[in-house]
Formats: sequence, C-alpha cells, structure tokens
Amino acid sequence: MNKITFSFSHLILFSGLLLMIVPVWVIFASSTHTSLFINTNGLQFILGDSFLENYSRVLFKTSGFFQEITALNMFINSFIMATGIATLSVGTSLMAAYGLVYYRVKYSSFFFWLIFITLLVPLELRIMPTYEIMSKLNLLNSYTGLILPISASAIATFFFRQFYKSVPDELLESAKLDGANSWKFFIDFLVPLSKTMIAAVFIFMFVFGYNQYLWPLIMTTTEQYWTVVMGLKTMYGSISHRFAFVIMSMIPPVLIIIFLQRWFIQGIFQDK
Amino acid sequence: MKKVQFKSSYSQYFFLAPQLLILLIFLYWPIIQTFRDAFTIQDAFGFGSYFAGFENFKFIFTDPSYFTAFKFTIIYSFVITLITGSIGLLLAVQANSVLHGKNVYKTLLIWPYAIAPAVVGVMANYFFSERFGLLYHLFNNIWGFNWYENVFDAYIYVVIAGSWKQISANFIFFLAGLQAIQKTVIEASIIDCKSSIRRFWTITFPLLMPTTFFLIIINITYSFFDTFGIIDTTTIGAPGSETKTLVYKAYIDGFKGLDLGSAGAQSIMMMLIVLVITIFQFRYIEGKIHYN
Repeated sequence: MNKITFSFSHLILFSGLLLMIVPVWVIFASSTHTSLFINTNGLQFILGDSFLENYSRVLFKTSGFFQEITALNMFINSFIMATGIATLSVGTSLMAAYGLVYYRVKYSSFFFWLIFITLLVPLELRIMPTYEIMSKLNLLNSYTGLILPISASAIATFFFRQFYKSVPDELLESAKLDGANSWKFFIDFLVPLSKTMIAAVFIFMFVFGYNQYLWPLIMTTTEQYWTVVMGLKTMYGSISHRFAFVIMSMIPPVLIIIFLQRWFIQGIFQDK
Repeated sequence: MKKVQFKSSYSQYFFLAPQLLILLIFLYWPIIQTFRDAFTIQDAFGFGSYFAGFENFKFIFTDPSYFTAFKFTIIYSFVITLITGSIGLLLAVQANSVLHGKNVYKTLLIWPYAIAPAVVGVMANYFFSERFGLLYHLFNNIWGFNWYENVFDAYIYVVIAGSWKQISANFIFFLAGLQAIQKTVIEASIIDCKSSIRRFWTITFPLLMPTTFFLIIINITYSFFDTFGIIDTTTIGAPGSETKTLVYKAYIDGFKGLDLGSAGAQSIMMMLIVLVITIFQFRYIEGKIHYN
C-alpha cells in the first residue's frame, strides 16, 4: 500500500516536470534546426545540428534579425536597465524603510501612506501620462528613462520595513549607549545585518526589471535602446532564429532562480 | 512599531527624500495627470479640451465593449486562480510527501516562475499557430479548435498561456506553507485518522488557509496586470475583442485609440478595484496577527 502511494506521488511530480519542461524543450530543439527544415516539418522534439550557426547569428549579426541591433546589444541594454532598477530601488528603499521604522515623528503615518498607497497603482495604470511626462522631461530613448519609472515602486520598501521590524530593539539601545547617531547606526549596524535581505531584494528587483515589457516597448523608438523582452514583440527574420532568441531571452532569469533559489526564498520569507 | 527610536530630526527627511522624490515625479505626477484626463474631454481634432465631470465614466459604463472586457477579466482571473492553485497544491503536497528527490523536483518545478509573461506568450504562440502549432492541431482534430474565430477556443488559448508559469508560483508558496506546519500536528492526526485523503482535507488544508488566501490575492493581481504581456503576444484580443483584459483595453484605447479621457477613467476604475482587493488583504494580515 505504502509503495503504491509512494510511486503515485512520483508519477504526479514527474507529469508536473514534463508540463514545465516539454514546451521549452520543443522550442529549444526546434531552434537547432534550419528554418527551411522547420518550415517543411514543423516543430521538432529532437536536436538538429544548426545550434552554433543559429545562436551565433542571432547574437552577433545585425542584418536579417533586427535592423541595427544584435541580440548581444539587447542583452547589454537589459542588464543595464535591470541593474539600474535593482540598485536604485534597493538603495532608496533601504533608506526610506529606515526613516519610517526608526524615527518617531508626528508625520510618520502620513509618509507611510504616501509611500505605500503607491502599491495600488502599477505602471500599467499610469502608462500614458508617464509617457507624456517622460517626453516633457526629454527622457525618451535613454537608459535613465528606462530605469526611473520602474524604480518608482514601494515593493522593496515593504520588504525592508518588515525586516527592520523583526530586528530586536536591544540593538539600537546598545548602539545608542555606544554613542552611535542615526547615520552611524544605519551604516555600521543595520546595513551589515540586512545583507541577506539586501541580496534577495536586489535579485528580485533585477528579475523584475529584466522582465519589463510594456514600458520599454512604448518608450524606445530607436533600436539602440531595445531590450530583450520587448524585442520579442518586434523581432522578425527566419523562424529558427526567432526560436533561438526566445530561448536566450529566458536564460538569465531562469539561471538566477535555479542557482540562488535557497537564498532568494529565504530572504523573501524571512518575515513569514 | 519600535519602542526605541530616534527623535524627529532633519536626518529623517534625508532618509525618506530619495524615494519620495522618485515617487513624486514618476508616480504622483502621472496619477494626477490620469485624474485630470479622466475628467476632461479632448476635442477629436486636438484643438482643445474641456472639463467634463463624469462624462467619461458614463461613457465607459454604457459602452458594451467595457463590459465584455470586465466579464472576460473576471472569468480569466477566476479560472487562472482555480487551475494554478489546484495544480500547484497537488504538486506541493506530493513534493512534500516524497522521501527521495524532493530538491530535484523543487528546482525543476520553480524555474518557470522567473520567465517574463511576454516570453511565455511568444512561446505559446508557436504552439497555437495555425501553421506549426502542435496544440492547435491536436485540439483541432478533437473538436475543431479554432481560436481565430471561436471565442471559447480563444479563452482556452489564453488560459493555458496564462496558467503555465503561475503554477510554479503557487507550488513554491504552497510548499513553503506545508513545510511550516508542525510535524507533531501531522503525527497526532495520523493516530486519529487513518485515511490520508480525509486527513488532508480536515487537518492539513485548514492549516494552509492563510497561504491559500494569500495566493488567491497574488493570482488575481497576476491575472489583472501581469497577463498584459501574454495577451499582447498571443490573441491581441482576438477573435473580436473578447480576450481583452481591462488593463489591455485601457492601454489600447489610450495608446492606440488616443482616447485619453476614456483610458483615464478606465485606469481609475481599476485603481478602485485594486483598492478593494488591498483592503481585503490588509484585513487578512490583521487577522493573522491575532492568531499568533
């Protein structure tokens, strides 16, 4: 009886694995064939022998896939955008959460609401006015323009606030006895203590930034600033090159989550 | 709140200022602009605009296509929540029960969580295209599947595309929830009840209620907002505009149709919906604190 339920569990889990892996495998296998082969024979389950040719073409050649930009340049743009978003939101949120948790002032709850009410308004709901404002500020087609509106988010502040609240009060008491002022306490005590949390939130924001689709799609009109995820919508060219680009586009976030999953999940769940 | 804090001083503003500055320029300014748009009607030829009160809101409430999008969004979020929640729970329960290979299963089940919805949509596109689509031809042979013309078939297409990666999210959180249940509770229940299925529904599932509730909120928010990238890379609303979500419709009306008034009013309606969801969420968090 036990043995039957045991293998039944494995059967279900294995079906789950297939559900997740097969679709990506089919696109990957198809990306290693020539377009001519795909066009006559359809999607493939078995690897072909055009892997190097297709992937190097997409990464390094401009013509025939996009007009002026290679996939490699789009990856560079995506990394600049994701790193900018992660750095800026971790930096500002770390400070803002500190200002909210460690100070006693009459306006604290006003600032609290001013920051957290913004969680109600995702970028999708303010995309038109944001576009107008960015064009007024002359920030369309720039890295600054890609980064700033996405960094205007209180998600990271929420995580840090939860974390600070779990830090024992004795830490500040003893730091005060040692004569630490608010800046010193922040830099010498709290930031080192939050290292795991900072790393987890940074990774979270990096993947969040990398995966942005709508904002880069509408704010970049020159190919020079195109990012990977938005590029999927605008790419043309032969079918197996497109498959190769789809597969490459998912590699960075998937690698991040596989290799850093324990760290990542630990950091995010710390408040639970 | 903390018992020991710093006294109010200018240094607090120093810590708050960077974030507040970014929020004011890139969040509050656009929101104010959205409200201004929502209560303004722009001349069709762009010559001018005038204050219109609730005209834009009246317009969207009498517009049948708004209700089509509303209906679709509700159905879509309900079906996605149900499918991804039950498959995620099933997999999490199994992964929690096996002795061998737990971590392998875990790693191989969570990675789709990191993939952007737009990437998933482009991939789904290949499986549902008339030309190559394996699933298109499979379903077509069974019941004449054709999402280009049939609304129900288009629903199936966007539901499959929308559910795939969200199963991973549900799996991660359910597994964490299961692992947080104390072993002694489970051991005690084994003595009292022999049927493992009954044990699950009477002991384990009620203990998972906080996780379930949290995931319902996460799944609804996902279906409302994150599926934008999926709709835009799969059906684009096809067959007619039956598979447009509310967010997608607001974007099309505003950005492609250049009807800022209507788009603004639609955005404000969405903000109200999110506000209601958030109030529920806060009540749940308060409730959880009382339990502990």
